[in-house]
Amino acid sequence: MSARADAWLWIAQRASAVVLAVCVVVHLATIIYAVQGGLSAAEILGRTRGNVAWLVFYSVFVLAVAVHAPIGLRSVLGEWLGWRGRTREVFLVLLAGLIALMGWRAALAVFG
Amino acid sequence: MRQPSSYWVFIVHRVSGVALALFLPLHFWALGSALDAQALDAFLAWTEQPFVKAAEWGIVTALAAHLACGLRVLALEFLPWRDWQKGLAASAAAITVAAGLAFGAGPVASLSRSVS
Amino acid sequence: MTMEPAKGILSVQVWRGGADGAFQVFQVPRQPSQTVLDVVTYIQRSVDATLAYRFACRVGMCGSCAMTVNGVPRWTCRTHVDKVAEGGALSIAPLRNLPVIRDLVTDMREFFDKWAAAKGSFKGARSKTEPFAQVRPDSPERMRADAGIECIGCAVCYSACDVVSWNPEYLGPAALNRAWTLVCDERDAANAERLRAVAGDAGCHACHTHMSCTERCPKHLSPTAGIAGLKRAVLRAALKGDL
Repeated sequence: MSARADAWLWIAQRASAVVLAVCVVVHLATIIYAVQGGLSAAEILGRTRGNVAWLVFYSVFVLAVAVHAPIGLRSVLGEWLGWRGRTREVFLVLLAGLIALMGWRAALAVFG
Repeated sequence: MRQPSSYWVFIVHRVSGVALALFLPLHFWALGSALDAQALDAFLAWTEQPFVKAAEWGIVTALAAHLACGLRVLALEFLPWRDWQKGLAASAAAITVAAGLAFGAGPVASLSRSVS
Repeated sequence: MTMEPAKGILSVQVWRGGADGAFQVFQVPRQPSQTVLDVVTYIQRSVDATLAYRFACRVGMCGSCAMTVNGVPRWTCRTHVDKVAEGGALSIAPLRNLPVIRDLVTDMREFFDKWAAAKGSFKGARSKTEPFAQVRPDSPERMRADAGIECIGCAVCYSACDVVSWNPEYLGPAALNRAWTLVCDERDAANAERLRAVAGDAGCHACHTHMSCTERCPKHLSPTAGIAGLKRAVLRAALKGDL
């Protein structure tokens, strides 16, 4: 990839990191709170279903993860497994798509 | 070669990141099964097993560790440079990981309490 | 008076041959204030004249004597045996991350080629008929440049860097640090192309802030700081569409 493209990957990685820092703190705090009352499906879904605000929050969270995780793995694959070039980039784009789809499906299931 | 402490902070950062990347598909798949409340209940029952509890605690710790180490990277890359930042960064990472460990123990404890 | 040869003798393993060579062990008498360079010199002059090694000033100014001592890249003329010999034993090898020519001598060409690839040389815009540039030495920019300009190209940082080991294309801490000092130099006219040269997987973005370079630099420079500066400079250029 060109130096310019690599630079933009770095920028996307840092930007998504900042988004995730906020989302992770909110997510962990929320999970702790949610867990206090027990963990049956009915209870969880009773609180979360139809909640648009949380749906938006988690959609953004999923998008940030779909950007951040593949770019992070990219360095690991290149440096520790020696995997570079087009096949690596294709794999990572597919991975990003998979994370986004699975994540949004999960968010819809819980908050839709 | 003997590495400086910042190298080990990097190793923790990378290993925790890979662990989280491996965990996420499972996490999303489990939640996706909330589309069917019965499937979710069955899955939640399965997660009561001790090894799953241990894994959950590990994931929370990995998340806290990855966040702490990531904040260190952001500090080194974006804040004005100070010579003592290296030491401060390493201790900040250590403190936050410790917090993550204690923090992680909490939900695990309350999860097992709520089931009984 | 009985001699105590065991206390007064160092057991030194020295790399011999090329990349597929091996360590050879020598017994070297200890001396007061002995440096690792003294040890290597003793071996070559008194034991085995075929030992190949580099040195020049032997007083910590030129960086030629850099070698791997007990796994750590150091200037051997500035490394006292007392500080590093563990249980009377020492291990001396050529610098890591560079091809070995023979014994303790490495091929430094890739190190300097990467320096050039990072556009690590000054390019001024004024001719000799124009007045000198007025650069305040206490301006923040000049102070940032000054913090990095004492580099003498000894390759200790390059040897210490694990990203260099993992990524053969990585320009490395010294080349990037030099590029940074020029990015901070208001007289330099080549910064647009320099930022393009240092960006990317082979450049500043590959640095993971291990900080081994900063830890090991014998001049106490911080390439990590310079590389972070390059990341910010590239960010600004990218956002402006100048990359």
